[in-house]
Order: sequence, then C-alpha cells, then structure tokens
Amino acid sequence: MTNTDRERHRERETAFYLFTQQRLPACKPVLTPAWVITIFLFTGFIFIPVGLVTLRASRSVVEIVERYDTECVPEPFRIDKVSYVQDDSIPKNCSLSLKVRKYMKAPIYIYYQLDNYYQNHRRYVKSRSDRQLLHGWKYHATSSCQPVEFNNNQPIVPCGLIAWSLFNDTFTFIRERAELKVNRKNIAWKSDRDHKFGKTVYPFNFQNGTLIGGGKLNPRIPLSDQEDLIVWMRTSALPSFRKLYGRIEEDLDADDVVVVHLMNNYNTYGFGGKKKLVLSTSSWLGGKNDFLGLACVFVGSSSVILAIVFMLLHLKSRR
Amino acid sequence: MKRFVYINDDESSQELYCDNRISNRKYTVLNFLPKNLWEQFSRFMNQYFLLIACLQLWSLITPVNPASTWGPLIFIFAVSASKEAWDDYNRYLSDKKANEKHIWVVRQGIRKHIQAQDIHVGNIVWLRENDEVPCDLVLIGTSDTQGLCYVETAALDGETDLKTRVIPSACMGMDFELLHKIKGVIECPNPDKDIRRFDANLRLFPPFIDNDLCPLTIKNTLLQSCYLRNTEWACGVAVYTGNETKLGMSRGIPEPKLTAMDAMIDKLTGAIFVFQIVVVMVLGIAGNVWKDTEARKQWYVLYPIEGPWYELLVIPLRFELLCSIMIPISIKVSLDLVKSLYAKFIDWDSEMIDQDTGIPSHATNTAISEDLGQVEYILTDKTGTLTENRMIFRRCCISGIFYGNESGDALKDVKLLNAVAGSSPDVVRFLTVMAICNTVIPIKSKTGAILYKAQSQDEDALVNAAARLHMVYVNKNANILEIRFNGSVIQYEVLETLEFTSDRKRMSVVVKDCQNGKIVLLSKGADEAILPYAYAGQQTRALVEAVEQYAQLGLRTLCLAWRELKEDEYQEWSLMFKEASSTLVDREWRIAEVCQRLEHDFEVLGVTAIEDRLQDGVPETIETLRKAGINFWMLTGDKQNTAIQIALSCNFISPEPKGQLLLIDGKTEGEVCRSLERVLLTMRITSSEPKDVAFVVDGWALEIALKHYRKAFTELAILSRTAICCRVTPSQKAQLVELLKSCDYRTLAIGDGGNDVRMIQQADIGVGISGREGLQAARAADYSIGKFRFLKRLILVHGRYSYNRTAFLSQYSFYKSLVICFIQIFFSFISGVSGTSLFNSVSLMAYNVFYTSVPVLVSVLDKDLSEGTVMQHPQILVYCQAGRLLNPSTFAGWFGRSLFHLIVAAGMGPVLALKYFRYTYRPSKINALQQAERMGGPILSLGNIEPQPRLMEKEVSPLSITQPKNRNPVYEPLLSDSPNSTRRSFGSGAPFDFFQSQSRLSSSYSRNCKDN
Repeated sequence: MTNTDRERHRERETAFYLFTQQRLPACKPVLTPAWVITIFLFTGFIFIPVGLVTLRASRSVVEIVERYDTECVPEPFRIDKVSYVQDDSIPKNCSLSLKVRKYMKAPIYIYYQLDNYYQNHRRYVKSRSDRQLLHGWKYHATSSCQPVEFNNNQPIVPCGLIAWSLFNDTFTFIRERAELKVNRKNIAWKSDRDHKFGKTVYPFNFQNGTLIGGGKLNPRIPLSDQEDLIVWMRTSALPSFRKLYGRIEEDLDADDVVVVHLMNNYNTYGFGGKKKLVLSTSSWLGGKNDFLGLACVFVGSSSVILAIVFMLLHLKSRR
Repeated sequence: MKRFVYINDDESSQELYCDNRISNRKYTVLNFLPKNLWEQFSRFMNQYFLLIACLQLWSLITPVNPASTWGPLIFIFAVSASKEAWDDYNRYLSDKKANEKHIWVVRQGIRKHIQAQDIHVGNIVWLRENDEVPCDLVLIGTSDTQGLCYVETAALDGETDLKTRVIPSACMGMDFELLHKIKGVIECPNPDKDIRRFDANLRLFPPFIDNDLCPLTIKNTLLQSCYLRNTEWACGVAVYTGNETKLGMSRGIPEPKLTAMDAMIDKLTGAIFVFQIVVVMVLGIAGNVWKDTEARKQWYVLYPIEGPWYELLVIPLRFELLCSIMIPISIKVSLDLVKSLYAKFIDWDSEMIDQDTGIPSHATNTAISEDLGQVEYILTDKTGTLTENRMIFRRCCISGIFYGNESGDALKDVKLLNAVAGSSPDVVRFLTVMAICNTVIPIKSKTGAILYKAQSQDEDALVNAAARLHMVYVNKNANILEIRFNGSVIQYEVLETLEFTSDRKRMSVVVKDCQNGKIVLLSKGADEAILPYAYAGQQTRALVEAVEQYAQLGLRTLCLAWRELKEDEYQEWSLMFKEASSTLVDREWRIAEVCQRLEHDFEVLGVTAIEDRLQDGVPETIETLRKAGINFWMLTGDKQNTAIQIALSCNFISPEPKGQLLLIDGKTEGEVCRSLERVLLTMRITSSEPKDVAFVVDGWALEIALKHYRKAFTELAILSRTAICCRVTPSQKAQLVELLKSCDYRTLAIGDGGNDVRMIQQADIGVGISGREGLQAARAADYSIGKFRFLKRLILVHGRYSYNRTAFLSQYSFYKSLVICFIQIFFSFISGVSGTSLFNSVSLMAYNVFYTSVPVLVSVLDKDLSEGTVMQHPQILVYCQAGRLLNPSTFAGWFGRSLFHLIVAAGMGPVLALKYFRYTYRPSKINALQQAERMGGPILSLGNIEPQPRLMEKEVSPLSITQPKNRNPVYEPLLSDSPNSTRRSFGSGAPFDFFQSQSRLSSSYSRNCKDN
C-alpha cells in the first residue's frame, strides 16, 4: 500500500466523506412480529402500574366543592340577581356550612372556582400592560390596556380589563366557633411577585371611574404584595378554572363542620357563570385529577390487547 | 430594416448604434431592490406571506407578535435576494473582464490599443492568432495570401473543429497600409440571432477598386466569442457590437424548470388555502354570532355597544392570521435547502466520477432532482452518448479483398501491411482517398507530431488510419497538400472541395497531382450515394456484400471512389461550379446539381468500416432502466441500419422473435400515412402480447408525420415503449420531446453534442455527457455526467431518494403546521371563538423553526432501501414514477394524521400498530424489499418472474399482493384509491403488478386519449 493509497483510505473513513456518499451508519428497525409484540407488551406493563399508582395518588386527595352563587342570593332577589349584586346598599353576607367527610391533612388549599368565565377571551387576555405592572404609571405606552386605560385623563394603575375585573368575594372559615386561620401569603408565584409586579408600584386611580368592575386595591400596598391581584392576573386557559385563595394550616377531622362566612360581591349572574368554593388537600401528584391515571391505564391495557391480537394473528397466519 | 455600416468612419455611427459594452446583468445597483422584490412577489406564495405579514401589523387582529412572521419572511427574501445579487455580481465581473480587454482598433488611420467596450460599429478591428473575437466582424484582411483564416466556433455552436472564413472578393489582395485607410459601406440586416445566416452587401468607396456591390455571407464573418486559429492576423469591420451581436441576441435566460412535485405541492398548497378560507369563514361567522349572543353579556370583556364599521371583519381576520400557519413559511426554505443538498450529493458522488478524465458529475440545476425519480421517457442521442464517439478504423475491403476480418483490426492485418509495403496501386489509391478526401487540417505541434483538426470523427479516424498505414497527411499550405508515403513526399493541389451535405451524403475533392498534372476526383460517402454511380462495367457485388457484412457488425461504412478527370472536362465544370456557388437563390440545390455532373462513373475503390464502440455498461444500464419502467427513444442523426445495429447491441430492442421492429417510411404524405396506420394497427394488436415492439422512423417520414398526422403519431408514441428515430435534425429532436411532454410524460433527454442542446433544453430534465463533442451539451444541461452508465445511478439512487425525501419533507411540513393550527382552532371553541392564540409568539416561532423544521432536515439522509437493493430491483421506481408518495390521497393521510395527533397527543401506539399491520399483512413492494434487505433473508428474485408478466397475475408470487389494495388506510395508499387522483392509475382492483407494462400502457393510453 503506497502513501497516497493510505491517505485516500483514511479520507474514506472520515464522517464527512461518509456523509457526502450518503453512507453514514444507520439503524433500520424491522417490524417483525416478535419485536412489535414485545414492544406492545412492554409498554403495557410499564403503563398499567404507572397509571394505577397515579390513580391512587389522585384518589387519596380529599376535596370539598360547594357551589354558592345561587344560594347566597336571598330569596326575594333571585328574580333579578344582577341588580342585587350590583346594588351596593344591600349587604352581601352569606353563610355556608361544609361538612368534612374525611380527615383532611394540612395544608388544606382554598380555591374559588369560576365556570363559564372566559378569562381566555382575546379582548380580555390582551388587556394588560406588563411593563406598567413592573414600572408603574411612569410607563406610558399602555394602549394595550384599552378600554380601561385612562380615567379622567389620569392613567390607571394597574390598567386593563383583567385587573379591572378582579375577583372580590371574601371568605372566612369558622370551626366550632373558632375562626380557622387562613394563610393568604405565598399564594402567588414567586417569580411573579419578584419579577413581574413592581415593589414600588402602588395602585393609582383604580376603580375610580363610572364603571366599576370587580375588587378594589389598597393604594398603600405595592403591587408585588397584592397577591390576590397577582393570582387573578395569571389568566386561565380554560373557561372553567380554580384560583388559589389561601391555605388552612390546620388539619380537619372527619365530620367536622366548617361554617364559611362570605361576601358575595362578584357578579357572575350577568352571564350565567357559576361560583364554587373548593377545599382540597394535596398529594405528591398535586390535586385531585383522575385523567392522567386513567389515560395511562387505557394506553397500557390497549397495548396489551393489541399485543394479544397481534400474537393471535401471527399464530394464525405465519408470515 | 437594414443598417448601414460606414467602414472606418469615426463619427457617423457612434450615436446610432450601441458601443461594444457587453452586459449580461439582470440588475443595476439602483433597480436591484425594486426589481428583485417585484420578481419575488410575483409568486403566489410570497404574496400570501406578505399579505399575512402586513395584516399582522394591525395590532387589533394579530394573535402574535408581527416579528414572528416578518423575521422569517425577511430572512427568506434576504437569502434569495443575496443569491441573485451574488450571481449578478459574478456576471458583472465577467462582463467587466470582457469589456476591458485590450484590442487593436484603427482610429483616425492609426492602430490603437483600446478597451473592447469602446469598439464602435464601423471600426476596423485587428486580431492576432488565438485572440477571441470581441464583436461581430466582417472579415476584410488576413495574413493568408488566399484570404483565408481559421476560426474555432466552439463557444457559439459547440463544434470544436476549425472552420475556414474567407475575405470578400472586393477586399482581395489589399495590403497592410490600405487596410488602415479603407472606406466603404456595408449594408446588413438588423441584428438577429441566426448564427448560420448573414445576407449583406459590401461596397467600397473610391479610390478603392470598383464600386460594385459585393455579396457577403456568413463565410465572410468572424462572430463574437470565436477564436482565431492558425492565422497570424486578421482584421475586420465591426458590424454588430455589444449585446446586439449574434451571440448576444441568442443569449437568453432559459425558463426555470418546475418539477412535477413542485406542481403537486403547489396544487396541495392551493387546496390547503381553500380549506383555510373555509375554516376562517366558519369560525368568523361563529365568532361574530358568539360575540353578539354571549360576549355582550360578559361585562368583564366590556364590548362597546357601537363598534367601528369594520367590526364584522375583525374576528374573521383574526382567524385568518391564526390559520395562516397552515401554509408553512418554512416549506420553501427547507425545500430549497434540501434540494441544494441533493444536488451536492450528486456532485460529491464518488461512484459517478469519470475514471478516465476525473471529472465528477455535476448538477447545474439544483432544483429538479425529484424529477429524476419520476422519469418516464428517456430520449437519447446515439453517437457519443451510447457510444464512445471514438471512431476507430477497423476493417476495409479493397477491390474485393477483405482486410481485418480475422484479427478485427485492419491496421494489424499482415496482408494489408504487405500490400502497402508493396505499393499495390489499388491500395495506394485507397489510402490516398482516405488521407486527403476530407476537410481535415493538420497541425504540427512543437514536438513535431502531427495533430489533425477534423470536422467529423469519421474523417479523423480515416486520416489517422491512413497515417498508420504510412500514408501521412503532413501539411496543408493554402491549396497545396503534402503527403508522405513510404518516405516519398507527394504534393497535390486542391482545386475544388465539394462539401458534404446530408442530402448528397458524400463529399468529394478535386485535386491535381503536382508531379504529373493529372486531375483526379476523390469521393467518399454512404454506400447508397456512391455505388449507384460506379462506372458501367464495375462489379459492385463484393462491395455491397462488404457493406452489408459491416453493417451487421454495427460498423459505420463509407465507400471510397475516384475518377480521373480530363483537363477540359474539369475546366468546363469548374465554370459551372463557380457560377453555381455565386448564385443567391437556391444556392445549395444548384451546387448539388452541379456536383452531380462530376460525381459519376466512379471507380469504386473499396469500403471502410469504422467502429464506434459502445460505452461501458450501456446495455446493462438500458436494461435496468427499462425494468424500472422507463421507456427509451433513440434519436440519432445516423443512418437507419447503423442505428438499428447499435440499438440491438445495447439491449435497446430485442432481436426477433422476442422483439419486433416496425418501420415507418415513405417519401410522400400518402406513403407515410399508410405506413403509419399499418404500424399503429400492429401496435394495437401486439400491445396485449409480451413482445418488445419498437418502431423505426426516419427524419423525412417524421417530418410528414408530425405535420399531418400528429394525432396518430401521438397515439403511436404512447403505445410504443421503444422507438428509433434516425436521420433527425436537432429541431426534430426537440419536437419529439415536446410531443411526449404534451402527453404529460416526464421526459429526460440525454446527449453530448451541440445538436442535442435544443432537445436537452426542451426536456423536463436535460442530461449532458461531457464528451468528446465539446462541452456545449453539458453546459446547457441540468445535469452533466461523464458516462452514460451513470444515468442508472442518477435516476435510481439520486432521483429516487430525492423524490422520497421531498415527498416526506413537504408533507411533513404541512402536517406539523396543521397540527398546531388544529390546536389553535380547537382552542378557539373554548375561548369564546374570539381568536385567542394558545401559544405565544416565541413558542410558535420556535415550534416552526427549531422543533420541527431543523431536526427534520436530517431526513435528507433517509434511505428506505439500500442502494444495492434498488439497483437489483429497479421495478421499485414505479412508486416514484407514478407519484405514489406525494399525491392528494397521501396528503389526505397526513391531514388525517394531523387531526388524529390533535386529539391524541401521544398517538404513537396506534400508528405503530397500524404500520406494523400493513407492514406484515399488506406489505407494499418497498416493505417487502426492506424486510428482505434487513433480515438478511433471501432477496426474492424479481427477475425470474419478469419475462411473463401476464402469468404472474395469476400465480401468487411471493412478492405480489393477493388482495386488492383498495382498502389501504392512510399510509402510502395507491393512487387508484383516490377518486381525484390525477396521475395514472394502475389497473385498479387488479393485483398490483410490478411490470404491468401492458395495463400501464393501456391505462395511460386511455388517459391520454381522454385528454385529446
């Protein structure tokens, strides 16, 4: 072998040469019956246990859901709920009593759930100014906030429809005449508090106009500490959603009765929305949701069934 | 319209005509941006994207940041604009180089060295040997006393031989000084692009000679881009300059070719566009209804009671923007990218490097690789394409004695060598004709060896063979030829040359032996042009036999003849010849007639047989490609017998009884018509038999058939898998390509010479062989390869892979954008049909570019079958040819898949199951081969079932599918499944037959008839 030959030989080994000749090593799996049946069986045996474990975790969560929007309107006003809720002069107190069926371990999360509420409506979801939330009213380019941008030629902080429609029902929980302590701190994302909402930005000119939307904000607390607002402004993707209200940091025993005093301020009557109060414990997988477990079990079992079908087909007619 | 060129008049013509500045540029610095943008926006896709991008600037309706569309759009435009700019800049540089070349030009009577771009019409331009001609000149002086000069016209017409040019008679004998002062006027037509015609007149002003009109022809011109050779100097008057030269006028940017696949993708894009419009309308209406019924109740949305006038449009436009990603902007970029990679793979392929010359294959046109996989007809030239175009003198027959029959090489035949050594008079005369009856120009190189510049390879072979037999053509000095035979030098004076024309089929020279003053006529030509004119007593039987015997062997034959002329006979004829050569009307015909008067009563000396060997691997290549379902047509300028012989020897047609040749001939319309109908009838009958039927047609009959019986001929063309067209002209070749294209066939034309250029440019794919007839064909072609056998690899490997990959990539691009679009549409139903985007701008852009476009580019390395398997089973090409991997029904499959994946994000299980099921129980041919290839199992030979395709339908062959394939699900369905399939269907319902040439022909036949 001469030198040039060897050189050429070496050149032929390089990846680039193989690439130019379209001869890069490749893996070409063949769908043989044995392989496919094994793969399906394997998937089945992976997915079914995973699904069962997930399902078990989801089922271990205790959840209390109570719809209160109709009950909390006094009988005389039930014909015209909208005017009831819009009338400031009528007191909006309301009491619910919840019965705890199973032992609930702290922390117990308190959610309010809204149904048929389109936080994902295009007009709504765009109507905010992230810059203003961070930098305050000094930031002027807030045209995205329309139609809630200015009031009396003064900028509104926080501007936009989302902030303007802040949820303003409040809840207090009483067990055996003693008020349960509800922790309302740390309910928003840490990143939102630290980086998205300004520490020096205070509400200004908010809910001051002729059109009053939802809740009001304390103008002396900076936005980064207004956690209800921060939670509310993380808009939900679906028209039915839960938002965190607080945490009860005491265990609840079975057959405990919790009385909820609430202010039924928020108007969902105009569009037929529902309001629900949710108390829920959590597992290592989060809240109560059977979907993941069911999906895994379904995928796993269908894989096993397919494997069996293919096996029978293969035995019947060998190819 | 005429132009008058005043010779050497510095003032008059400067303003009238342009200067000699050549410009091939498309753009200038100023108009580049608008012109380029205008060109880019003339494409529908680009208009669409621009419209979308503009709509996105309206913040009320845009779902995402406008940058996510503007970014890619500007990127795409910048890329193609800078490509254009770069090309144009290179053109500018080469123009500049040509324009600034220094040329000697006469100005105010003094020779000056000026830049080529400053030459004006009427200037006298001086050239030296090996100079390039800067503009079209009328020759007025050369260094040669006879007024001759030699030019090489390769750049103009691709012919590499030297051509002689002569100065007009009026300028004969002018000396150096006079040429500086000459004045006169040339009357010539306005610039055109005909490089074979120049009808002009020259009139010199007093005091120069007479003031008669002197006719000028193309023989008196030096055209731009030719080279002056073998002549010390020459000078001429510039008549056409700059872009108005014959070359400049014929230069044109050929229309970009569009592949069948591009057309299909465009069609599918159109369908998606319609779908998109429908979706937008439905969602728009739904959105407006929802807004009026529901959204007004939702106080937190705060809809104004009175909206602006365009309020109804807002929601539909929002959805239009949301759905705009259905047509992926990335498809153009990715396709361009992978296409250029396919082309690169062809350039890189080490198995397609010509071992003799080391020249790799090259894809000039980077955009049409997929078409290679869809070729249905190959039209091939013969000489130089199938054969090597290396003519070798093999055998001869002199006065009835055969030489070279035993050894196969006359040059080594001892008998002949002895005869030469013994100066046998017959043999000497034979060799003399071989050596000097031609237009060859001998050139002495520096080492003393003699090189021959020949117009045809045949003449070259003959002269070289004569030299090997000690009859060496040494020198040509004006009209004096020098021959050295066995050491002694013999001189001849050439009196006349009767040039070769394809009508006369012979050429002759009249020479005078300088020793004894005898005048002799030497002729050579085709047998039918020589043998009938033998003198009355000559026995030509042996010669006829020789011709037949040689033709049987596929050799090219020429008959050599001579006749002694009497002095007065020659003088008398010479006058007639001069007269005929100066006529203006029907000159060629008159000359032929006059020649006829001299060329008779020949003493036929013998027959030469020249071999033009087949290139390596031609028969195998043709066989493989025919198995792949590609039809071959041979278009040649050669004569019928030779063409048929070559066709037989390269598997083009099968010998009897398997094959059958049908002849279409005739000189008149009626004859051609009858013959055509007869052939058509036979063809229809035999089309059901497994017989190789081919038709043979010659140029004359073809002319008539194309003119008067186009429909019948078209039908014949569709029925016949093989055809041989002999004696066809370049334009007829192009016409045939056009004919097949009009039947909606994908054609590939392959050739090597200047006469194939038109066919190559006309065909869907032009392949040039960088052969011995110059590079012109290779330059005009889309692909240039070194050898015919590379065609196999080009089509089966590169074409097929390119097709498969593009089919996957284009459909995948649509699939992935449909998936994300369906998600958006789905989401709109739970977001109040208000046109909210589920994804933010960055995610959308990242999805389109980083997640789905770039990784998928890896599929350019995808191979469904190994190269070896494809080569062994070329039948698999049918999938590409019929367009089975990209058509409306496969596209519907991908559409369905995207819908499915919208609902089941992790839908791989069912897809795998479906794939496996098809793979195992309903395998396509590709699957079967994949299985065989990868399991290392026996590759079922498809070859043994090939000869009887009809039998195979009945038997259950291991590779044929027994059930009808009509129930095929999404993956790779047959075309016949889809009602709106536009390409051919393959005998629907019948078992899919690999080599179903018959049903294929009949189905395509019926399709084409419907088209008519």
